[in-house]
Amino acid sequence: MAYDKFNTLQSSAYPLPIENVDTDQIIPARFLKATERKGFGDNLFRDWRYNADGSQKEDFPLNDSKYSGKILVGGRNFGSGSSREHAAWAVYDFGFRCVISSFFADIFKNNCLNIGVLPVQVSDTFAKEIFEAIEKDPKTEIKVDLTNQTVTLLVTGNSESFDINSYKKENMLNGYDDIDYLQNMKEEIQEFVKTRPF
Amino acid sequence: MSTTLFDKVWDAHVIRKIEGGPDVFFIDRHLIHEVTSPVAFLGLKARGVKVMEPQRTFATADHNTPTINQHLPVEDPLSANQLKALEENSKEHGILHWGLGHENNGIVHVVGPENGITLPGATIVCGDSHTSTHGAFGAIAFGIGTSEVEMVLSTQCIMQPKPKKMRINVEGSLGKGVTSKDVALYIISQLSTSGATGYFVEYAGTVFDEMSMEGRMTVCNLSIEMGARGGMIAPDDKTYEYIKGRRFTPKDEDWDKAMEYWKTLKTDEDAIFDKEYTFQTSDIEPMITYGTNPGMGMGISNDIPTTDVVQEGKATYEKSLNYMGFDQGDSMLGKKIDFVFVGSCTNGRIEDFRAFASIVKGRKKAAHVTAWLVPGSHIVEAKIKEEGILDIINEAGFELRQPGCSACLAMNDDKIPAGKYSVSTSNRNFEGRQGPGSRTLLASPLVAAAAAIAGKVTDPREFLN
Repeated sequence: MAYDKFNTLQSSAYPLPIENVDTDQIIPARFLKATERKGFGDNLFRDWRYNADGSQKEDFPLNDSKYSGKILVGGRNFGSGSSREHAAWAVYDFGFRCVISSFFADIFKNNCLNIGVLPVQVSDTFAKEIFEAIEKDPKTEIKVDLTNQTVTLLVTGNSESFDINSYKKENMLNGYDDIDYLQNMKEEIQEFVKTRPF
Repeated sequence: MSTTLFDKVWDAHVIRKIEGGPDVFFIDRHLIHEVTSPVAFLGLKARGVKVMEPQRTFATADHNTPTINQHLPVEDPLSANQLKALEENSKEHGILHWGLGHENNGIVHVVGPENGITLPGATIVCGDSHTSTHGAFGAIAFGIGTSEVEMVLSTQCIMQPKPKKMRINVEGSLGKGVTSKDVALYIISQLSTSGATGYFVEYAGTVFDEMSMEGRMTVCNLSIEMGARGGMIAPDDKTYEYIKGRRFTPKDEDWDKAMEYWKTLKTDEDAIFDKEYTFQTSDIEPMITYGTNPGMGMGISNDIPTTDVVQEGKATYEKSLNYMGFDQGDSMLGKKIDFVFVGSCTNGRIEDFRAFASIVKGRKKAAHVTAWLVPGSHIVEAKIKEEGILDIINEAGFELRQPGCSACLAMNDDKIPAGKYSVSTSNRNFEGRQGPGSRTLLASPLVAAAAAIAGKVTDPREFLN
């Protein structure tokens, strides 16, 4: 499924300064029973966001009305564990288009790239600076520029460049997905299949 | 040029290299289950495309399935709907489907090897991170997301940047009461839960040479828990002996031809890895976890580390111990437990039940412990009965349930209640993994057996001669 194009994003952000946030926290397994991709945002961080009786946990950042925006800033090693793409869908469905962390787990990062959520990896120092800026002013804005591969904390003007492979970058800028690419090389794939021993 | 086992298998599957981008990577075998495939099939429908190579995809129902009364309709309508979707999608696209109750049904990473779907030198993917299990056979196997499931269904390829290479050597023989699970939990405790992110691991050294195929599967299964995409072990005579004659293993001339290829699958002597670790078995004792990620594990006789020596930030570490209800410096030995779960793609094979039975034989389950023993497949279940293990565990006060993922991720009714402690042979001790509020202690089947008998965390060596 082709997705929204991503060029620049300027937005305030939700902070989640916890390390090793695994995809079971992002979306618990009991909410993976749908056969369609919709409604996952409601259960994003379900057990951190809600009490067992369904009431909101007021101190969780996603429930705190002082925070807003399309960027989620997470602690180190964000998205570890299960390969469930539902975690990336939940992040997207809640309204995020970008996740910033000083380190991402592989599969979660891939899944984000495949659905049009931009994972931006920054240094530990810059991540700390971003968390501090949000704590000081929850409305502080971050600018993510995919073309130039930079992320800027507008209040200080401090900026860092981030990595993304040029193929995925083109995809994100244009809203293309991998299946479009692969469909176009089907004949080449069919030739390759004939050479496989099993 | 000298190359690694991983290079040899990876490079043989690259159809096209994209400059500054991923490789177009061919997939030999694709496993699907009910949870991560339905949206991929919807995608195919939206694009109006068919499955390109249906005979390379295999479907089994496992994540959602009940572990009692499997002959009755599934009660939970959402689970029933996913199972039905898997069945219908498989039928529509000509994919072999082992649904609930089928004699070949079971956990996807148990039935793959059992049926010879898993082969050395093959590339294997599944929308499940524990696909790394199949690396035990010298395959490149890893978990993928649903978008990638759709790619494989429609084009038999995915787009992947080649990971970096890591080798983990473990030298020596296993001590009494120490299993493959302990080796894996030890490695993860040393590397942390993100220590191998970006890498594909090759396991080497005497401990893996001596390990059974099932033990190797347990180790490779847990590769993802240190962040690695996958882990693999070079095929040897044990590998060939295991796969020979299974349902989808090549036969006759095809076997001979495949063997010629498989024998080339090893790392050249002077090949270079991006990172290499060496550990000694003399440092490994039965392991147990005390926190909320699999890196938070230690030898069962140690004390829970204090914040000044841990890698995580202090706040994250304290949050984790607080969730578990443990204090820094606590000993795990003697902690009362409520549940025991034996099963999962990590430890749901016949050797795991043999190990469990070796300790519970002639003893009795602690009265306050609820134990769920869940075989990884119907084939495992049948062996448990054939070998007399069922009688042993029944006499000790345990019951056997029916195959599936069960309490490993608690998608079905097998949920550990909030606040309760579970000694589990599965793979993840994340918050709420075994049910909202559940507290998981990961361990081997021997440690699980000792806990089930004693009703508290106990060194299994106390029960072994």
